[in-house]
Amino acid sequence: MKVKLDVGRFNPESEGDKSFRQEFDLEVEEYYTVLDALMQVRDYEDPSLAMRCSCRASICGSCAMKINGTSGLGCNTKIVDVIKKDGTVKVDPAGNLPVVKDLVVDMEPFWSKVREIKPFLQTKGPEPQDEYIAPQQAMLDLVKPVGCIMCGACVSDCTVLEVDSNFIGPAALAKASRFIDDPRDEMNAERFAQLNQYTGVWDCTRCMACVEVCPKGVAPMDRIMTIRDQIINAGIKNTNGARHAEGFASIVKRYGTLDETQLVIKTFGVLNPIVALKNIKALFGLLPVAYRALRKNKLPPVFHHKIAGVSYIKNIFKKLGA
Amino acid sequence: MAVYQHDVLVVGAGLAGMRATLAAQEAGADVAMITKVHPVRSHSNAAQGGINAALESRGDNWDDHAYNTVKGSDYLGDQDAIEIMCQEAGPAVVELEHMGVVFNRDENGRLGTRHFGGQEVARTFFVADITGQALLHALYEQIMKYNPRVYEEWFVTSLVIEDGKCCGVVALELMTGQIHLIKAKAVILATGGTGRCFEPSTNGLVVTADGQGLAYQVGVPLMDMEMVQYHPTTLKGNGVLMTEGARGEGGYLLNSEGERFMKTYAPNMMELASRDVVSRSEQTEINEGRGIDGCVLLDLRHLGRELIETKLAYINEVAMDFANVNLAEEPCPIRPGNHYEMGGIKTDVHGVTSMPGLYAAGECANVSVHGGNRLGANSLLDTVVFGKRAGIHAADYSRQIEQINVPDSIVSLDEGRIKSFFDKKDNTDTPATIRLAMGQAMNEGVAVFRDEAGMQAAYKTILELKDRYKRLGVHDSGKIFNTNLLFAFELGFMLDTAETICVSALARKESRGAHYRTDMPDRDDENWMKHILVQNTGEDLPTVDFSPVTVTRWEPQIRSY
Ligand SMILES: Cc1cc2nc3c(=O)[nH]c(=O)nc-3n(C[C@H](O)[C@H](O)[C@H](O)COP(=O)(O)OP(=O)(O)OC[C@H]3O[C@@H](n4cnc5c(N)ncnc54)[C@H](O)[C@@H]3O)c2cc1C
Ligand code: SF4
Ligand code: SF4
Ligand code: FES
Repeated sequence: MKVKLDVGRFNPESEGDKSFRQEFDLEVEEYYTVLDALMQVRDYEDPSLAMRCSCRASICGSCAMKINGTSGLGCNTKIVDVIKKDGTVKVDPAGNLPVVKDLVVDMEPFWSKVREIKPFLQTKGPEPQDEYIAPQQAMLDLVKPVGCIMCGACVSDCTVLEVDSNFIGPAALAKASRFIDDPRDEMNAERFAQLNQYTGVWDCTRCMACVEVCPKGVAPMDRIMTIRDQIINAGIKNTNGARHAEGFASIVKRYGTLDETQLVIKTFGVLNPIVALKNIKALFGLLPVAYRALRKNKLPPVFHHKIAGVSYIKNIFKKLGA
Repeated sequence: MAVYQHDVLVVGAGLAGMRATLAAQEAGADVAMITKVHPVRSHSNAAQGGINAALESRGDNWDDHAYNTVKGSDYLGDQDAIEIMCQEAGPAVVELEHMGVVFNRDENGRLGTRHFGGQEVARTFFVADITGQALLHALYEQIMKYNPRVYEEWFVTSLVIEDGKCCGVVALELMTGQIHLIKAKAVILATGGTGRCFEPSTNGLVVTADGQGLAYQVGVPLMDMEMVQYHPTTLKGNGVLMTEGARGEGGYLLNSEGERFMKTYAPNMMELASRDVVSRSEQTEINEGRGIDGCVLLDLRHLGRELIETKLAYINEVAMDFANVNLAEEPCPIRPGNHYEMGGIKTDVHGVTSMPGLYAAGECANVSVHGGNRLGANSLLDTVVFGKRAGIHAADYSRQIEQINVPDSIVSLDEGRIKSFFDKKDNTDTPATIRLAMGQAMNEGVAVFRDEAGMQAAYKTILELKDRYKRLGVHDSGKIFNTNLLFAFELGFMLDTAETICVSALARKESRGAHYRTDMPDRDDENWMKHILVQNTGEDLPTVDFSPVTVTRWEPQIRSY
């Protein structure tokens, strides 16, 4: 089978700080993965092509890269599954991380965020003589998040990290959820307080990218949403995100539809001077949005009216016990 | 030049290396870890099935585990070492659980077990079929917690020996291409196996026998290198493993006639006989025409979709990705494939080698607990038990000695080697072609069935390749992440190690464990209950020596399953 590998390259030594593209025409076997093809280039055509790989069996997390623009593992992506009509496969280094050379990126920003969440089991009191007793199902449920191989594919495609590198990101948050949901870990209050901050769980825009690209089914976004619920259920309400969610629900309960103006007021705590002062910048940031909406005649009405069947909606809330 | 110095330096960040590092740190030493790949990229990741321990608290006993291990080793394992490993297994597993490993539980929330080969009792603890990954990440979590210095993506090119003692290493920093000297009072090698000396292999691309090569270079003996394990269930194309846990959960092996052929070879233990036995049985079926395209079949359909998707999810994914097989729906073609090196750097039960200051632990070491054949799930155990022991002993030793002074100029030797690789760039030979030829020769001549002529042929090829290696050049002259240079170094370690495997195999004139000679099919306890030591004395060819096997309680018996 013929394939044209179109590789995004970068070599600060010989080419300066400019990245460039290079195409390789290859004859490969039907069962080849993208990694197999890259290794064929490196081993027999251009030994300077740099990449990381170790297990070649989707378990070590070394080989995350962009394949036709979407992040994934080179070693479990088969050429036949991604080859385009014109016979090419496009390969680039992972995104949202500094490129060192060709497909090798600097993973330190990735790991520093993982370290931030205190990624180890924390218990209080003395250890038992034998193992901790833990429910069978709880441990089974942890297998998925523990299966995270720290490849960074999710981070590479995260739409928030693209605009705000402070966001702690999907991999670190998935790792946090692995400890939060561990019946042995006793630091949930501290973990919630940390993840509730700016850069934490509320920064995610629920774009789903991380869920789609994760090669291990870790579904980071789902875990982030679970942590949000857990934070609210733990009674921590002092955040824009929590206020946003609570406000959202209470407005819908009252009017049957969403009133964006009220939501802004509730989210940024405009009726509470201390919270409002902290959010003043964000509030001003919304003014251009409001102005554009006004010009397009899309500004939400100042006085929001209840919809006709609002009593049904209230009943739904009642049934949910909210 | 920057000066790096530590009490204890651990080379390798797999399970053995990280366990050693944590133990040395706890013992109060200034310890650092150096690794050519980020710790969680180490090959311990790939272990799927589990880790053995006889938990006394639930009525199992370590004696039985020890006996199974001795029998599994075909009586070549040192029984004092085996007793230590099996005795310390329970506490080691509980320790891992306390660190956070999410071991599978039973209905009462206690640790749950699965069956593994060569043992009647189910005593294998596991995390689905990603046990190695779960353990490796849990140990790395502890590393992040206690924060020892980690020289990450630094490749050790040679050991530093002064006054007959090991007192540091020279290493290449991949990101910059710089050569550094790291001084240490004690160095622990925990560099893993030899898989890439063979092609194909279940082992990852980074398993290149570096530690064995480093030790061999400085004259430390490698022991029982002929004992190379072929795993019964590996995929045909790229050699990826399908865990023994699949048979532990009840999977069948079938030949082309749909028969569970193990009934002919191991009527009691069937698919769960020792690995050497199962691999030979498969190869016999294939050789006698009852295979399919050089394979037999692993059939899991009767286990049901749910069990497969919860306890064997990873191999299901692998079978799908690499063999286009859905395990719940069809049997998967598999065959014996290179998997594990029982032999290694000779150590005592504290990881001490023949060279003062040099330790070894994990797959690169040979204590010897696996003898002629390792039981499944005993290797992870070996890494954590003897990794910890080496860490403690090295920390202790480092307190008793002064750092020997090493001149910085020592790095010029390896700088010279690099320059000479660059100088030979007009030679068109590549590390990849030599490695492939080596791997194929080894897989041909030193595999499941061996004989004099086949082993001689493999050895001859290795010697020719060593000669070609002398002329090998490196074509990429860059400094940043130069893997061309890295592979050239690795290839040197692999060729030396492959040679020791051939020499050891040719020396053993009997069949035992994984070393099965069709021209000498019997075990010969009278003459060959002994270890084979292969050593580099600076001559062209290595020397061969022998040492006795320690027997404490179990005299050799006929081995049937
Ligand atoms: C597919 C597969 C499945 C397995 N399943 C099981 C199982 O179920 N149960 C079981 O008990 N065993 C199993 N094993 C065996 C077991 O996984 C290994 O024997 C064990 O993990 C080896 O661990 P280690 O710490 O010795 O080496 P590794 O984990 O291989 O680590 C080696 C380390 O050394 C470093 N290193 C190597 N060379 C250098 C150098 N020159 N400079 C710097 N650093 C270097 C590497 O970066 C790495 O960090 C399996 C093995 C394979 C391949
Ligand atoms: S869902 Fe959230 S965490 Fe995931 S990629 Fe999108 S923004 Fe990032
Ligand atoms: S969550 Fe998935 S994509 Fe992200 S690092 Fe883990 S395994 Fe990779
Ligand atoms: S090489 Fe290990 S995940 Fe791809």
